Amino acid sequence: MSVPRYWRKQQNRYRLRGTHCETCGRYFFPPRNLCPTCRRDGTIVDYEFKGDGKVRTYSIIRTASEDYDLQTPFVLAVVELEEGTCLTAQVICTPEEVYIGMPVKKAFRRIIADGDAGVIVYGTKFVPA
Amino acid sequence: MREVAVVGIGVTEFGEKWETSFRNLFVEAGAMALEDANMSGDQIDEMFVGNMSAGRFVLQEHIGALIADYAGLVGNHIPATRTEAACASGGLAFRQAYTTVASGLNDIVIAGGVEKMTDVGGSVTTDALAGAADREWEGLVGATFPGLYAMIATDYMHRYGLTREQLAMVSVKNHANGAKNPIAQYRKEITVEDVIRSTRVADPLRLLDCSPVTDGAAAVILCPMEMARQFTDTPIRVLASAQACDTISLHDRRDISTLDATVAAGKRAYAQAGVTPKEIGMVEVHDCFTIAEICAIEDLGFCAKGEAGKLTEDGQTALGGSIPVNTSGGLKSCGHPVGATGIKQVAEIVAQLRGEAGARQVDAEIGMTHNVGGTGATVVCNILGV
Ligand SMILES: [Zn+2]
Repeated sequence: MSVPRYWRKQQNRYRLRGTHCETCGRYFFPPRNLCPTCRRDGTIVDYEFKGDGKVRTYSIIRTASEDYDLQTPFVLAVVELEEGTCLTAQVICTPEEVYIGMPVKKAFRRIIADGDAGVIVYGTKFVPA
Repeated sequence: MREVAVVGIGVTEFGEKWETSFRNLFVEAGAMALEDANMSGDQIDEMFVGNMSAGRFVLQEHIGALIADYAGLVGNHIPATRTEAACASGGLAFRQAYTTVASGLNDIVIAGGVEKMTDVGGSVTTDALAGAADREWEGLVGATFPGLYAMIATDYMHRYGLTREQLAMVSVKNHANGAKNPIAQYRKEITVEDVIRSTRVADPLRLLDCSPVTDGAAAVILCPMEMARQFTDTPIRVLASAQACDTISLHDRRDISTLDATVAAGKRAYAQAGVTPKEIGMVEVHDCFTIAEICAIEDLGFCAKGEAGKLTEDGQTALGGSIPVNTSGGLKSCGHPVGATGIKQVAEIVAQLRGEAGARQVDAEIGMTHNVGGTGATVVCNILGV
């Protein structure tokens, strides 16, 4: 994927910055610019998630696309944050450790190392809390 | 709205067709459908072609005109449109063709689908298919397409006690059906043992839980019911064609193990056709992964949530069961050329309703198709009857 595309959402990926609808109280990560409930009546502001949550479901990825191939096997999960928002992320633990309901917290980590000359992409993963 | 009938079907052999080009795959299916309808290309008023990712797989866009051109349909300069909703691209083509005929806009419309997936390497295929989900917030953190369905399977097994063996039985049953289908990519039976010992892809899913990478094309011809007998003695009625959408990402769903878009498209289709799930004699569901068939059976109302594993284990979804599922072999055994799948499903139900399904024949008067894009962000359900 292109460098600008990573860069554009860098702050969101690094700090788990999403958005919040002040009208209905919903939190969004990935960030949304339009609240699906309130639509044009919603007031959207930036919101940095605390980063505490639990594993809602998971898989151990054994075969990945090229960018992630060196990392296999890795734990992929849907994490439910305390604010009630769910996102897809990697959990840094062994395949044996992960379970549904496992408490996790956010961690700043490298997502992709794109070879010697390429960009290194950082973002948020989760670790056992 | 006018009553609509399917009067011609054509499906190429599915598989790794290294000797056949993208365009020729479709030409073959289109020619078979025209032949089947005793029709000439000049009679076609409009065309829709489902295709997910020719841009990635064969570096070709502008598929509508290309296909019309090589199918010999540009003489009359008919409208030719490509439809795309990932693996539900073919389903969209069918629904567009249906609404075009039903509305009276055009009379004879071809709905096709084509995908040529084996010209690129495995990692390109994996990456292209990951585009069926949210590239930015699922793919970019390492989610593969099998990985997303695997997360559905983990949640489902945890909540409903589905066993690894029951999941494997979906694949075993679909291979048993595919072994009887002359166009299927894998015409061979497999065992539960084969599935649970195959290579791990994304736990708990293994290689034989996953539909393969396939080249293939399919086409069907629709016209108003009142014209249908000019072309065939066995027109098949389109009783319903319904579509629904949902969040692009799995993590935003109300319930990980329920495809709400399947529920919505199913309900719309039942209402349009004026039937209940009990009246459906057989169904082609979108088994891109074994867990997807389990969810589909329940979300379409053939049993309660949590019971599809038992239904499968009891043989009720096999040929001769109370609701035969995927008589074609499904995506798993027949193959999954993504853009063609939604049309192949319709062709299978039409062949069944005409009594032309050979060793796979089910005695039924109403059949259904269920075609999913991504992890359930788009679903198309069709109901057909004699
Ligand atoms: Zn709101």
